[in-house]
Amino acid sequence: MKHARPRWRAAAAVTAAALALTACSITGGSEQETTTGTAADGSTVADRDVTLLVHDSWYLPRKVLRAFEEETGYRVEVQTNGDAGSLTNKLVLTADNPLGDAVFGIDNTFATRAADEGVLAPYTPADLPASAADYALDGEAGEQLTPVDWGDVCVNVDDAWFAERDQAPPRTLADLADPAYRDLFVTPAASTSSPGFAFLLATVGEYGEDGWQDYWTRLMDNGARVAKDWTEAYTVDFTAGGGDGDRPIVLSYSSSPPFTIPKGEERPTTSALLETCFRQVEYAGVLAGADNPEGAQSLLDFLVDRTFQKALPDSMYVYPVDAETPLPPLWEEWAEPATDPIEVDPAEVTAQRDEWIRTWSDLTAG
Amino acid sequence: MTSRQARPTGVPSAGLVVGLLAALVPLAVIVVFFVVPLVGMVQRGFVVDGRLDVGGVLADLARPRVAGVLWFTLWSSAVATAVTLLLGVPTAYALHRLDLPGSAFLRGLVTVPFVLPTVVVGVAFRTLLSSGGPLGGLGGDGTPAAIVAALVFFNLSVVVRMVGPWWASLDPQREQAAAALGASPAQVFRTVTLPALRPVLLSAGSVVFLFCATAFGVVLTLGGTRYSTVETEIYLLTTQFLDLRAAAALSVLQVLVVVALLLLAGRAQPRGAGVVDRAAPAPGRRPRGWVDLTALATTAVTVALVALPLLAVVARSLRVDDAWSLARYRSLSESAPGSPLRTSVLDAAATSLRTATDATLLAVGLGVVVSVLVTRRIAHPGLRRAVRAFDGLFMLPLGVSAVTVGFGLLVALDTPPLDFRGSPWLVPVAQALVALPLVVRALVPTLRGVDERQREAAATLGAGPLRILRDVDLPTAWRSLLAAAGFAFAVSLGEFGATSFLSRPDSPTLSVLIYQLIGRPGAESFGTALAAAVLLGSLTAGVLLAVERLRVGRLGVY
Repeated sequence: MKHARPRWRAAAAVTAAALALTACSITGGSEQETTTGTAADGSTVADRDVTLLVHDSWYLPRKVLRAFEEETGYRVEVQTNGDAGSLTNKLVLTADNPLGDAVFGIDNTFATRAADEGVLAPYTPADLPASAADYALDGEAGEQLTPVDWGDVCVNVDDAWFAERDQAPPRTLADLADPAYRDLFVTPAASTSSPGFAFLLATVGEYGEDGWQDYWTRLMDNGARVAKDWTEAYTVDFTAGGGDGDRPIVLSYSSSPPFTIPKGEERPTTSALLETCFRQVEYAGVLAGADNPEGAQSLLDFLVDRTFQKALPDSMYVYPVDAETPLPPLWEEWAEPATDPIEVDPAEVTAQRDEWIRTWSDLTAG
Repeated sequence: MTSRQARPTGVPSAGLVVGLLAALVPLAVIVVFFVVPLVGMVQRGFVVDGRLDVGGVLADLARPRVAGVLWFTLWSSAVATAVTLLLGVPTAYALHRLDLPGSAFLRGLVTVPFVLPTVVVGVAFRTLLSSGGPLGGLGGDGTPAAIVAALVFFNLSVVVRMVGPWWASLDPQREQAAAALGASPAQVFRTVTLPALRPVLLSAGSVVFLFCATAFGVVLTLGGTRYSTVETEIYLLTTQFLDLRAAAALSVLQVLVVVALLLLAGRAQPRGAGVVDRAAPAPGRRPRGWVDLTALATTAVTVALVALPLLAVVARSLRVDDAWSLARYRSLSESAPGSPLRTSVLDAAATSLRTATDATLLAVGLGVVVSVLVTRRIAHPGLRRAVRAFDGLFMLPLGVSAVTVGFGLLVALDTPPLDFRGSPWLVPVAQALVALPLVVRALVPTLRGVDERQREAAATLGAGPLRILRDVDLPTAWRSLLAAAGFAFAVSLGEFGATSFLSRPDSPTLSVLIYQLIGRPGAESFGTALAAAVLLGSLTAGVLLAVERLRVGRLGVY
């Protein structure tokens, strides 16, 4: 049964090539035309197609991938598959007949689920930057998943708001439960938002598996607000998110402050609390049973290559795993990551996720 | 049972064959793209390690949480449906039967919420309701009242656009006669108008209820984590926990509830009734009397409910660096802000329009076939039941979790000849399946309202089935058909679930692009997302207004 898919794709590719030749592509686009056709080494058209599955935060200029296509002769088709959780679960559900060849966007909270379910084939790019070792996973997951980028989910504060009131902003997670900061904090929900879940993990890492529940009780008693997603928390409830909100403390990223530099000024009006950060690492891998494993491997090589790594901060707001890659100047100055982020063992996350989210939902529902 | 409509008339056997053949097309589409995925996903949940695990499923359903979730889903949807009808019906009357300045504009306005991405609606409602917002004093943020308000906001257009055209083409002579015989306006409404409206009220009410029961973005946004519906539970169980058994259990529960609802609605439908005296829509008359005044007052409430959140969106799209500016709108034609992305908002709008056109053609084509088939009078009781089941089958997509069907598409349609995963036309097909029930529900009451004797007369005069369709059914159903097409178009433009699921990052639809932009940091992305949402809303309203003006030759005339 597996053979029919490439044949179907081949037919599609041949059709596309024919359309390109006659210059009458239905979509009127010109992107598809570049690298279809029979490659110089005589391989068939279908072998040159690589399907990359991504989460819905994928946001990359097409020209970056075109560099890869021109270099290798592969044609990349990108398919969005929901958030990191949906993406991982779809991979698990379609393990017998994968949706594509490679995946990007499984994060460290879903990594061991993907590995445990056997949806990935082992592969590690030969030219993996040395700094990537800091983000490597243990065991089987480590052989199958290549770190590509990372970001720090941290509590942000509106410094201008606190300065206006001559109040010192909070610094730690413990401060957030302090009555001095009553009714000032908003976070996206751990059940529906990936940064929200990262914050829950930060509290688990900080207060331990048996202590975080008590912390959340105190946090909610102190008037914390739970919003559905990052967009709402930041753009509606946060005082510095443009929405005239009433919460000067928000859960966001260490890379958020540069976006609050007022026009014509040089300093952001907000800052990230670097003692509250949970590090999210995003991985890529080759899918087990991929139609085009060589193409997928080659694509993985490209994801850790400088060209791709350099495009990451500006297009997806994450830090490249390659520490040698220069960051945009504003990031260098105002988007400092945590020196000692809070950590939780990925295997523990996989084992406890449901339990933690359910408990968290009960604690915050009051 | 002396009514003339109760007399069954036989369908000629040739017609029966044609009918059965015609039924196969929509049947095949719904089986392949809805039933098979749904069953595939439920099967994955029920069968554990190759063994049917009914006990486990029942245990999942018996959890105390499930009862609470089901109860909340039912009552919030019921309340929202009731409020939507209470506001929507007088509004439909005012906007379709009265001569009001700007009623065409208002008809377009009430449709806009229907296509706005829930993430935008969430921001709009929360901007108004959050403690710092203009309506923060009401204390509605995070309460069931906010959820209900948002559900009503979304669904008002369903009621107005279904009931309005129907009402406009009711023959006013009956009402006038009743009034002349001394009936008070209330008596006229209760004894003449309401019975004539009943079929379409049931249609609209069931559609709205199903939309409410499966809405999940709105519930998550406005209810926070405090309130769960069956749909939000399925979403969490499937996308976060991968607890397929519990998700399957809830999906089955959804199907049961929908079927029960449809049976109830079928029972409430007066037997054999439905034939309605029609007239060419009279030009609206000037409002007079307290009935009209009440309708106008209700319409004002409707317009306020719709306009306030929309104004919140427009206002925030115009705020740039604490000043008013059109900058976000100017950037709509450029590539997305702050990034060299090649898709401009206008390109995405073009993609949306193309997809919506495909989806509309598909939904209307299939919908006409289904509606004609289920409204033909059939003598054979068994066949009649089959037709009723056929009718109900096409309502199911509205009431069953999009997450389940979406994941099911991947699980079930993965082997040739049904390997449709990743196929580009999965998007219009998925959208058409959502729009199809609306098309059917908009057309069926009208077609039922055609007096069977007209068809018989035409047949006696030698007209074939197609000729009858063209000369008898189409002239009557034309308005409803336009309304249905408008619906399908709006559904497709606003559809997000299936689209985001299957979309290509290189050519996103407008709603997918809005979702992407609004989740990115920076005021520029956010503002552009809202400007794009305003564009999406205006585009929809504009297209629907244009469609309303369509007339094909004499067909628009009765």
